[in-house]
Amino acid sequence: MSSHAQAPPMIQVRGLVKRFGLRAVLRGVDLTVHAGEFVALLGPNGAGKTTLLRILATLSRPTRGEVRLAGYRLPGQASQARRYLGLVSHQPLLYGDLSAAQNLRFYARLYGVPDAEARLQTLLRRVGLYARRRDLVRTFSRGMQQRLAIARALLHDPAVLLMDEPYTGLDQDAAARLDDLLQAIAAEGRTVLMASHNLPRVAALASRFVVLTRGRIAASMPRAAISDRDLLDFYRATVMRPAPAS
Amino acid sequence: MSTAPLDTRPRAQARPQTALWRAVLAIVWKDLASEWRSRELLSSMMVFALAVLFIFNFALELDARTRTEVIGGMLWSTFTFAGTLGLNRSMAAEKDRGALDGLLLAPMDRSAIYLGKVLANWLFMLAMAGLVLPLVSMLYNQNLFRLGLLGVIVLGSLGYVAVGTLLAAMAVQARTRDMLLPILLLPLVLPVLIPAVRASMGFLRDLPWADFASSVHLLVATDIIFLAVGYMLFDAVMAE
Repeated sequence: MSSHAQAPPMIQVRGLVKRFGLRAVLRGVDLTVHAGEFVALLGPNGAGKTTLLRILATLSRPTRGEVRLAGYRLPGQASQARRYLGLVSHQPLLYGDLSAAQNLRFYARLYGVPDAEARLQTLLRRVGLYARRRDLVRTFSRGMQQRLAIARALLHDPAVLLMDEPYTGLDQDAAARLDDLLQAIAAEGRTVLMASHNLPRVAALASRFVVLTRGRIAASMPRAAISDRDLLDFYRATVMRPAPAS
Repeated sequence: MSTAPLDTRPRAQARPQTALWRAVLAIVWKDLASEWRSRELLSSMMVFALAVLFIFNFALELDARTRTEVIGGMLWSTFTFAGTLGLNRSMAAEKDRGALDGLLLAPMDRSAIYLGKVLANWLFMLAMAGLVLPLVSMLYNQNLFRLGLLGVIVLGSLGYVAVGTLLAAMAVQARTRDMLLPILLLPLVLPVLIPAVRASMGFLRDLPWADFASSVHLLVATDIIFLAVGYMLFDAVMAE
Protein backbone atom coordinates (compact mmCIF):
# COMPACT_ATOMS: atom_id res chain seq x y z
CA MET A 1 0.00 0.00 0.00
CA SER A 2 1.38 3.42 -0.90
CA SER A 3 2.24 5.82 1.89
CA HIS A 4 -0.37 8.22 0.55
CA ALA A 5 -3.18 5.78 1.29
CA GLN A 6 -2.25 5.95 4.98
CA ALA A 7 -2.35 9.72 5.01
CA PRO A 8 -5.55 11.50 6.06
CA PRO A 9 -8.02 12.17 3.23
CA MET A 10 -7.96 15.80 2.14
CA ILE A 11 -10.68 15.41 -0.50
CA GLN A 12 -13.61 13.06 -0.01
CA VAL A 13 -16.46 12.79 -2.48
CA ARG A 14 -19.31 10.29 -2.17
CA GLY A 15 -22.16 9.90 -4.63
CA LEU A 16 -21.69 13.40 -6.06
CA VAL A 17 -24.37 14.43 -8.51
CA LYS A 18 -24.55 17.80 -10.22
CA ARG A 19 -27.33 18.84 -12.56
CA PHE A 20 -27.78 22.04 -14.51
CA GLY A 21 -31.51 22.03 -15.08
CA LEU A 22 -32.33 18.59 -16.48
CA ARG A 23 -28.79 17.93 -17.66
CA ALA A 24 -26.69 15.75 -15.36
CA VAL A 25 -23.00 16.63 -15.57
CA LEU A 26 -21.82 14.52 -12.63
CA ARG A 27 -23.68 11.25 -12.10
CA GLY A 28 -22.44 9.82 -8.85
CA VAL A 29 -18.74 10.52 -8.39
CA ASP A 30 -16.78 8.78 -5.64
CA LEU A 31 -13.26 10.06 -5.10
CA THR A 32 -10.78 10.20 -2.24
CA VAL A 33 -7.51 12.11 -2.42
CA HIS A 34 -5.13 11.62 0.47
CA ALA A 35 -2.77 14.23 1.87
CA GLY A 36 0.32 14.64 -0.30
CA GLU A 37 -1.13 12.93 -3.37
CA PHE A 38 -0.77 14.52 -6.79
CA VAL A 39 -3.78 13.23 -8.70
CA ALA A 40 -4.20 13.82 -12.40
CA LEU A 41 -7.86 14.06 -13.35
CA LEU A 42 -8.15 12.95 -16.95
CA GLY A 43 -11.11 12.79 -19.26
CA PRO A 44 -12.54 14.04 -22.54
CA ASN A 45 -14.18 17.42 -23.00
CA GLY A 46 -17.57 17.47 -21.31
CA ALA A 47 -16.69 14.71 -18.85
CA GLY A 48 -17.33 16.96 -15.85
CA LYS A 49 -13.77 17.73 -14.76
CA THR A 50 -14.26 21.49 -14.44
CA THR A 51 -17.61 21.01 -12.71
CA LEU A 52 -16.01 18.67 -10.16
CA LEU A 53 -13.17 21.12 -9.50
CA ARG A 54 -15.58 24.05 -9.13
CA ILE A 55 -17.61 22.13 -6.55
CA LEU A 56 -14.44 21.30 -4.61
CA ALA A 57 -13.38 24.95 -4.86
CA THR A 58 -16.76 25.98 -3.31
CA LEU A 59 -17.67 27.91 -6.46
CA SER A 60 -20.56 25.59 -7.24
CA ARG A 61 -22.95 23.57 -5.07
CA PRO A 62 -23.62 19.85 -5.48
CA THR A 63 -27.12 18.73 -6.37
CA ARG A 64 -26.69 15.60 -4.25
CA GLY A 65 -23.92 13.73 -2.49
CA GLU A 66 -21.33 14.32 0.16
CA VAL A 67 -18.26 16.44 -0.38
CA ARG A 68 -15.55 17.16 2.17
CA LEU A 69 -12.40 19.19 1.78
CA ALA A 70 -9.80 19.19 4.55
CA GLY A 71 -12.47 17.57 6.68
CA TYR A 72 -15.00 20.37 6.15
CA ARG A 73 -18.34 19.54 4.64
CA LEU A 74 -19.29 21.43 1.49
CA PRO A 75 -21.19 23.63 0.95
CA GLY A 76 -22.20 24.08 4.61
CA GLN A 77 -18.68 24.72 5.90
CA ALA A 78 -17.36 26.27 2.70
CA SER A 79 -15.98 29.43 4.29
CA GLN A 80 -13.79 27.36 6.64
CA ALA A 81 -12.69 25.04 3.83
CA ARG A 82 -11.55 27.95 1.65
CA ARG A 83 -8.64 28.64 4.01
CA TYR A 84 -7.15 25.32 2.94
CA LEU A 85 -7.56 25.49 -0.80
CA GLY A 86 -6.02 27.31 -3.74
CA LEU A 87 -7.30 27.24 -7.31
CA VAL A 88 -5.48 27.68 -10.60
CA SER A 89 -8.13 27.92 -13.28
CA HIS A 90 -8.39 28.41 -17.06
CA GLN A 91 -8.46 32.12 -16.36
CA PRO A 92 -5.75 33.61 -14.17
CA LEU A 93 -8.23 35.40 -11.83
CA LEU A 94 -6.03 38.50 -11.98
CA TYR A 95 -6.73 42.18 -12.60
CA GLY A 96 -5.14 43.41 -15.80
CA ASP A 97 -5.04 47.05 -14.70
CA LEU A 98 -3.04 46.25 -11.59
CA SER A 99 0.62 45.28 -11.46
CA ALA A 100 1.78 41.81 -10.48
CA ALA A 101 2.71 42.98 -6.99
CA GLN A 102 -0.58 44.88 -6.58
CA ASN A 103 -2.57 41.80 -7.54
CA LEU A 104 -0.77 39.68 -4.96
CA ARG A 105 -1.02 42.42 -2.34
CA PHE A 106 -4.77 42.62 -2.90
CA TYR A 107 -5.26 38.87 -2.54
CA ALA A 108 -2.95 38.81 0.49
CA ARG A 109 -5.28 41.31 2.16
CA LEU A 110 -8.34 39.25 1.28
CA TYR A 111 -6.73 36.13 2.68
CA GLY A 112 -5.32 37.81 5.77
CA VAL A 113 -1.80 36.64 4.95
CA PRO A 114 0.70 37.67 7.66
CA ASP A 115 3.96 39.33 6.52
CA ALA A 116 2.27 39.90 3.18
CA GLU A 117 5.06 41.97 1.56
CA ALA A 118 7.75 39.41 2.34
CA ARG A 119 5.49 36.58 1.25
CA LEU A 120 4.57 38.09 -2.11
CA GLN A 121 8.18 39.00 -2.88
CA THR A 122 9.27 35.44 -2.10
CA LEU A 123 6.61 34.04 -4.41
CA LEU A 124 7.36 36.51 -7.20
CA ARG A 125 11.00 35.41 -7.11
CA ARG A 126 10.06 31.75 -7.13
CA VAL A 127 7.79 32.10 -10.17
CA GLY A 128 10.40 34.23 -11.94
CA LEU A 129 8.38 37.45 -12.07
CA TYR A 130 10.17 39.61 -9.51
CA ALA A 131 11.69 41.83 -12.21
CA ARG A 132 8.22 42.42 -13.66
CA ARG A 133 6.49 43.01 -10.33
CA ARG A 134 5.60 46.63 -11.15
CA ASP A 135 4.32 45.87 -14.66
CA LEU A 136 0.61 45.70 -15.40
CA VAL A 137 -0.72 42.18 -15.73
CA ARG A 138 -2.37 42.99 -19.05
CA THR A 139 1.13 43.36 -20.53
CA PHE A 140 2.03 39.80 -19.48
CA SER A 141 2.08 36.83 -21.81
CA ARG A 142 -0.25 33.91 -21.15
CA GLY A 143 2.60 31.94 -19.58
CA MET A 144 3.55 34.78 -17.26
CA GLN A 145 -0.07 35.25 -16.20
CA GLN A 146 -0.30 31.56 -15.40
CA ARG A 147 2.84 31.71 -13.26
CA LEU A 148 1.45 34.71 -11.42
CA ALA A 149 -1.82 32.82 -10.99
CA ILE A 150 0.09 30.04 -9.26
CA ALA A 151 1.73 32.59 -6.99
CA ARG A 152 -1.74 33.94 -6.20
CA ALA A 153 -3.03 30.45 -5.43
CA LEU A 154 -0.11 29.77 -3.07
CA LEU A 155 -0.18 33.09 -1.20
CA HIS A 156 -2.03 31.75 1.81
CA ASP A 157 -0.06 28.49 1.83
CA PRO A 158 -3.01 26.19 1.09
CA ALA A 159 -2.90 22.51 1.91
CA VAL A 160 -4.90 21.63 -1.23
CA LEU A 161 -4.27 22.93 -4.72
CA LEU A 162 -6.89 22.48 -7.44
CA MET A 163 -5.72 23.05 -11.00
CA ASP A 164 -7.95 23.14 -14.07
CA GLU A 165 -6.05 22.72 -17.34
CA PRO A 166 -3.10 24.89 -16.27
CA TYR A 167 -1.24 24.23 -19.55
CA THR A 168 -3.99 25.72 -21.71
CA GLY A 169 -2.60 28.27 -24.15
CA LEU A 170 1.04 27.85 -23.11
CA ASP A 171 3.89 27.50 -25.59
CA GLN A 172 6.63 24.90 -25.04
CA ASP A 173 8.88 27.22 -23.08
CA ALA A 174 6.10 28.42 -20.81
CA ALA A 175 4.90 24.84 -20.33
CA ALA A 176 8.41 23.76 -19.35
CA ARG A 177 8.61 26.57 -16.79
CA LEU A 178 5.25 25.48 -15.43
CA ASP A 179 6.55 21.89 -15.16
CA ASP A 180 9.38 23.14 -12.92
CA LEU A 181 6.94 24.99 -10.69
CA LEU A 182 4.58 22.06 -10.40
CA GLN A 183 7.43 19.68 -9.60
CA ALA A 184 8.44 21.97 -6.76
CA ILE A 185 4.83 22.08 -5.54
CA ALA A 186 4.62 18.30 -5.68
CA ALA A 187 7.89 17.98 -3.75
CA GLU A 188 6.43 20.14 -0.96
CA GLY A 189 3.88 17.51 -0.19
CA ARG A 190 0.79 19.56 -0.99
CA THR A 191 -2.32 17.72 -2.07
CA VAL A 192 -2.93 18.46 -5.73
CA LEU A 193 -5.83 17.57 -7.98
CA MET A 194 -5.11 18.64 -11.53
CA ALA A 195 -7.39 18.31 -14.54
CA SER A 196 -5.42 18.16 -17.75
CA HIS A 197 -5.46 16.87 -21.31
CA ASN A 198 -1.68 16.95 -21.45
CA LEU A 199 -0.89 13.29 -20.73
CA PRO A 200 2.91 13.40 -21.15
CA ARG A 201 3.24 16.30 -18.74
CA VAL A 202 0.94 14.95 -16.04
CA ALA A 203 2.63 11.56 -16.31
CA ALA A 204 5.82 13.12 -14.97
CA LEU A 205 4.01 14.77 -12.04
CA ALA A 206 1.15 12.61 -10.86
CA SER A 207 1.19 9.85 -8.26
CA ARG A 208 -2.24 8.63 -9.43
CA PHE A 209 -4.44 8.94 -12.49
CA VAL A 210 -8.21 9.19 -12.26
CA VAL A 211 -10.27 9.08 -15.44
CA LEU A 212 -13.64 10.82 -15.48
CA THR A 213 -15.99 10.08 -18.35
CA ARG A 214 -19.65 10.97 -18.78
CA GLY A 215 -19.88 12.23 -15.23
CA ARG A 216 -18.48 9.13 -13.50
CA ILE A 217 -15.07 7.91 -12.37
CA ALA A 218 -14.23 5.23 -14.91
CA ALA A 219 -10.80 4.25 -13.61
CA SER A 220 -8.24 5.03 -10.94
CA MET A 221 -4.65 3.86 -11.37
CA PRO A 222 -1.48 4.50 -9.32
CA ARG A 223 1.32 6.00 -11.38
CA ALA A 224 3.68 3.22 -10.44
CA ALA A 225 1.34 0.62 -11.92
CA ILE A 226 1.54 1.89 -15.49
CA SER A 227 4.38 2.77 -17.84
CA ASP A 228 4.55 5.94 -19.94
CA ARG A 229 4.09 3.83 -23.05
CA ASP A 230 0.90 2.19 -21.81
CA LEU A 231 -0.63 5.34 -20.34
CA LEU A 232 -2.17 6.59 -23.59
CA ASP A 233 -3.62 3.16 -24.40
CA PHE A 234 -5.03 2.91 -20.88
CA TYR A 235 -6.63 6.34 -21.21
CA ARG A 236 -8.13 5.63 -24.63
CA ALA A 237 -9.47 2.27 -23.57
CA THR A 238 -11.08 3.77 -20.49
CA VAL A 239 -12.67 6.67 -22.33
CA MET A 240 -14.02 4.51 -25.14
CA ARG A 241 -15.48 1.91 -22.80
CA PRO A 242 -19.31 1.86 -23.14
CA ALA A 243 -21.23 3.63 -20.42
CA PRO A 244 -22.80 1.30 -17.85
CA ALA A 245 -26.57 0.89 -18.11
CA SER A 246 -28.21 3.16 -15.52
CA MET B 1 14.31 28.00 -12.44
CA SER B 2 15.04 26.04 -9.27
CA THR B 3 12.97 22.98 -8.42
CA ALA B 4 13.56 23.41 -4.69
CA PRO B 5 10.38 23.39 -2.61
CA LEU B 6 8.62 26.70 -2.90
CA ASP B 7 8.21 27.18 0.79
CA THR B 8 9.80 25.27 3.63
CA ARG B 9 7.70 26.87 6.38
CA PRO B 10 5.34 24.61 8.24
CA ARG B 11 1.96 24.40 6.55
CA ALA B 12 -0.13 27.37 7.60
CA GLN B 13 -2.36 26.64 10.52
CA ALA B 14 -5.97 27.61 10.33
CA ARG B 15 -6.34 31.38 10.39
CA PRO B 16 -9.51 33.11 11.44
CA GLN B 17 -11.73 34.38 8.66
CA THR B 18 -10.57 37.70 7.21
CA ALA B 19 -12.26 40.59 9.03
CA LEU B 20 -15.19 42.00 7.08
CA TRP B 21 -14.00 45.59 7.13
CA ARG B 22 -10.50 44.62 5.99
CA ALA B 23 -11.90 42.71 3.00
CA VAL B 24 -14.30 45.55 2.14
CA LEU B 25 -11.52 48.14 2.15
CA ALA B 26 -9.28 45.87 0.05
CA ILE B 27 -12.00 45.56 -2.60
CA VAL B 28 -12.63 49.31 -2.62
CA TRP B 29 -8.91 49.98 -2.98
CA LYS B 30 -8.68 47.48 -5.82
CA ASP B 31 -11.59 49.08 -7.73
CA LEU B 32 -10.22 52.59 -7.26
CA ALA B 33 -6.70 51.57 -8.29
CA SER B 34 -7.99 49.75 -11.39
CA GLU B 35 -10.14 52.71 -12.36
CA TRP B 36 -7.24 55.12 -11.83
CA ARG B 37 -5.24 53.13 -14.39
CA SER B 38 -7.96 52.44 -16.93
CA ARG B 39 -10.36 55.40 -16.44
CA GLU B 40 -12.85 53.24 -18.26
CA LEU B 41 -15.84 53.24 -15.96
CA LEU B 42 -15.96 56.89 -14.94
CA SER B 43 -15.30 58.18 -18.44
CA SER B 44 -18.09 56.07 -19.94
CA MET B 45 -20.49 57.18 -17.20
CA MET B 46 -19.56 60.83 -17.78
CA VAL B 47 -19.94 60.65 -21.55
CA PHE B 48 -23.32 58.99 -21.18
CA ALA B 49 -24.45 61.51 -18.57
CA LEU B 50 -23.43 64.40 -20.81
CA ALA B 51 -25.27 62.87 -23.74
CA VAL B 52 -28.44 62.51 -21.65
CA LEU B 53 -28.16 66.10 -20.40
CA PHE B 54 -27.70 67.56 -23.86
CA ILE B 55 -30.56 65.52 -25.26
CA PHE B 56 -32.85 66.77 -22.48
CA ASN B 57 -31.66 70.33 -22.98
CA PHE B 58 -32.01 70.56 -26.74
CA ALA B 59 -34.89 68.16 -27.37
CA LEU B 60 -37.33 69.62 -24.85
CA GLU B 61 -36.84 73.42 -25.41
CA LEU B 62 -38.29 74.36 -22.04
CA ASP B 63 -38.88 77.89 -20.84
CA ALA B 64 -37.00 79.10 -17.77
CA ARG B 65 -39.86 78.45 -15.33
CA THR B 66 -40.51 74.90 -16.57
CA ARG B 67 -36.82 74.13 -16.45
CA THR B 68 -36.80 74.97 -12.77
CA GLU B 69 -39.77 72.64 -12.23
CA VAL B 70 -38.17 69.62 -13.93
CA ILE B 71 -34.54 69.99 -12.93
CA GLY B 72 -34.83 67.48 -10.08
CA GLY B 73 -36.30 64.77 -12.29
CA MET B 74 -33.85 65.50 -15.06
CA LEU B 75 -30.91 65.29 -12.68
CA TRP B 76 -32.00 61.91 -11.29
CA SER B 77 -32.77 60.56 -14.76
CA THR B 78 -29.22 61.39 -15.75
CA PHE B 79 -27.82 59.72 -12.63
CA THR B 80 -30.01 56.64 -13.17
CA PHE B 81 -29.07 56.00 -16.79
CA ALA B 82 -25.37 56.72 -16.34
CA GLY B 83 -25.36 54.77 -13.09
CA THR B 84 -26.81 51.69 -14.81
CA LEU B 85 -23.93 51.78 -17.26
CA GLY B 86 -21.44 52.03 -14.40
CA LEU B 87 -23.00 49.17 -12.44
CA ASN B 88 -22.98 46.86 -15.44
CA ARG B 89 -19.35 47.61 -16.27
CA SER B 90 -18.23 47.31 -12.66
CA MET B 91 -19.53 43.74 -12.31
CA ALA B 92 -18.76 42.77 -15.91
CA ALA B 93 -15.11 43.64 -15.34
CA GLU B 94 -14.96 41.04 -12.55
CA LYS B 95 -16.82 38.37 -14.49
CA ASP B 96 -15.06 38.78 -17.84
CA ARG B 97 -11.58 38.45 -16.39
CA GLY B 98 -12.65 35.54 -14.18
CA ALA B 99 -11.66 37.62 -11.18
CA LEU B 100 -15.08 37.18 -9.59
CA ASP B 101 -14.09 33.58 -8.86
CA GLY B 102 -10.95 34.91 -7.19
CA LEU B 103 -13.10 37.01 -4.85
CA LEU B 104 -15.48 34.13 -4.17
CA LEU B 105 -12.54 31.85 -3.26
CA ALA B 106 -11.35 34.08 -0.44
CA PRO B 107 -11.95 32.81 3.12
CA MET B 108 -14.23 35.63 4.15
CA ASP B 109 -17.90 36.45 4.44
CA ARG B 110 -18.93 36.85 0.80
CA SER B 111 -21.09 39.80 1.76
CA ALA B 112 -17.80 41.70 1.95
CA ILE B 113 -17.72 41.54 -1.85
CA TYR B 114 -21.16 43.14 -1.95
CA LEU B 115 -20.28 45.87 0.54
CA GLY B 116 -16.95 46.58 -1.15
CA LYS B 117 -18.57 46.89 -4.58
CA VAL B 118 -21.39 49.07 -3.16
CA LEU B 119 -18.87 51.42 -1.60
CA ALA B 120 -16.75 51.61 -4.75
CA ASN B 121 -19.78 52.09 -7.02
CA TRP B 122 -21.08 54.76 -4.65
CA LEU B 123 -17.80 56.66 -4.89
CA PHE B 124 -17.92 56.45 -8.69
CA MET B 125 -21.49 57.77 -8.74
CA LEU B 126 -20.59 60.64 -6.44
CA ALA B 127 -17.61 61.46 -8.66
CA MET B 128 -19.91 61.50 -11.67
CA ALA B 129 -22.37 63.71 -9.81
CA GLY B 130 -19.53 66.05 -8.90
CA LEU B 131 -18.73 66.47 -12.58
CA VAL B 132 -22.36 66.69 -13.76
CA LEU B 133 -23.61 69.24 -11.21
CA PRO B 134 -21.51 72.21 -12.44
CA LEU B 135 -22.63 71.53 -15.99
CA VAL B 136 -26.31 71.35 -15.03
CA SER B 137 -25.88 74.53 -12.95
CA MET B 138 -24.57 76.30 -16.04
CA LEU B 139 -27.14 74.91 -18.47
CA TYR B 140 -30.10 75.59 -16.24
CA ASN B 141 -28.78 78.75 -14.56
CA GLN B 142 -29.38 77.29 -11.10
CA ASN B 143 -27.05 77.01 -8.15
CA LEU B 144 -27.12 73.28 -7.37
CA PHE B 145 -24.39 73.36 -4.77
CA ARG B 146 -26.72 73.50 -1.78
CA LEU B 147 -26.02 71.44 1.28
CA GLY B 148 -29.49 69.88 1.38
CA LEU B 149 -29.40 68.87 -2.28
CA LEU B 150 -25.91 67.45 -1.93
CA GLY B 151 -27.13 65.41 1.04
CA VAL B 152 -30.01 64.04 -1.04
CA ILE B 153 -27.60 63.10 -3.83
CA VAL B 154 -25.40 61.26 -1.31
CA LEU B 155 -28.37 59.35 0.14
CA GLY B 156 -30.08 58.71 -3.17
CA SER B 157 -26.97 57.40 -4.90
CA LEU B 158 -26.29 55.10 -1.92
CA GLY B 159 -29.75 53.53 -2.20
CA TYR B 160 -29.35 53.27 -5.95
CA VAL B 161 -26.04 51.40 -5.78
CA ALA B 162 -27.26 49.26 -2.87
CA VAL B 163 -29.99 47.70 -4.99
CA GLY B 164 -28.11 48.09 -8.27
CA THR B 165 -25.01 46.20 -7.12
CA LEU B 166 -27.07 43.20 -6.03
CA LEU B 167 -29.00 43.14 -9.29
CA ALA B 168 -25.82 43.63 -11.34
CA ALA B 169 -24.35 40.58 -9.58
CA MET B 170 -27.43 38.59 -10.64
CA ALA B 171 -27.49 39.95 -14.18
CA VAL B 172 -23.77 39.46 -14.85
CA GLN B 173 -24.27 35.68 -14.90
CA ALA B 174 -26.63 35.97 -17.87
CA ARG B 175 -25.68 36.39 -21.51
CA THR B 176 -28.16 39.26 -21.92
CA ARG B 177 -26.84 41.17 -18.92
CA ASP B 178 -26.72 44.55 -20.71
CA MET B 179 -30.45 44.33 -21.32
CA LEU B 180 -31.35 42.48 -18.13
CA LEU B 181 -29.95 44.92 -15.58
CA PRO B 182 -32.01 47.97 -16.64
CA ILE B 183 -35.15 45.81 -16.84
CA LEU B 184 -34.60 44.53 -13.29
CA LEU B 185 -33.22 47.73 -11.81
CA LEU B 186 -35.51 50.50 -12.98
CA PRO B 187 -38.71 49.24 -11.33
CA LEU B 188 -36.94 48.28 -8.09
CA VAL B 189 -35.10 51.57 -7.76
CA LEU B 190 -38.32 53.64 -7.80
CA PRO B 191 -38.58 53.65 -3.96
CA VAL B 192 -35.24 55.52 -4.06
CA LEU B 193 -35.85 57.71 -7.10
CA ILE B 194 -39.28 59.07 -6.19
CA PRO B 195 -38.34 60.42 -2.74
CA ALA B 196 -34.96 61.55 -4.09
CA VAL B 197 -36.63 63.67 -6.77
CA ARG B 198 -39.18 65.09 -4.31
CA ALA B 199 -36.52 65.89 -1.73
CA SER B 200 -34.28 67.45 -4.39
CA MET B 201 -37.11 69.72 -5.55
CA GLY B 202 -37.90 70.58 -1.95
CA PHE B 203 -34.39 71.93 -1.42
CA LEU B 204 -34.17 73.60 -4.83
CA ARG B 205 -37.47 75.47 -4.32
CA ASP B 206 -36.63 76.32 -0.69
CA LEU B 207 -39.86 74.70 0.47
CA PRO B 208 -40.62 74.37 4.22
CA TRP B 209 -38.93 71.30 5.69
CA ALA B 210 -42.24 69.82 6.80
CA ASP B 211 -43.40 69.68 3.16
CA PHE B 212 -40.75 67.18 2.08
CA ALA B 213 -39.27 65.74 5.31
CA SER B 214 -41.16 62.49 4.71
CA SER B 215 -39.30 62.07 1.41
CA VAL B 216 -35.95 62.37 3.15
CA HIS B 217 -37.04 59.92 5.86
CA LEU B 218 -38.23 57.49 3.20
CA LEU B 219 -34.90 57.79 1.41
CA VAL B 220 -32.98 56.92 4.57
CA ALA B 221 -35.28 53.98 5.27
CA THR B 222 -34.98 52.54 1.75
CA ASP B 223 -31.20 52.89 1.91
CA ILE B 224 -31.10 50.84 5.10
CA ILE B 225 -33.52 48.24 3.76
CA PHE B 226 -31.73 47.80 0.44
CA LEU B 227 -28.33 47.55 2.11
CA ALA B 228 -29.62 44.94 4.56
CA VAL B 229 -31.31 42.91 1.81
CA GLY B 230 -28.20 43.03 -0.37
CA TYR B 231 -25.97 42.01 2.54
CA MET B 232 -28.18 39.02 3.36
CA LEU B 233 -28.86 37.82 -0.19
CA PHE B 234 -25.50 38.30 -1.94
CA ASP B 235 -24.11 34.87 -1.08
CA ALA B 236 -27.28 33.19 -2.32
CA VAL B 237 -27.21 35.26 -5.52
CA MET B 238 -23.64 34.11 -6.21
CA ALA B 239 -24.41 30.43 -5.64
CA GLU B 240 -24.08 28.33 -8.79
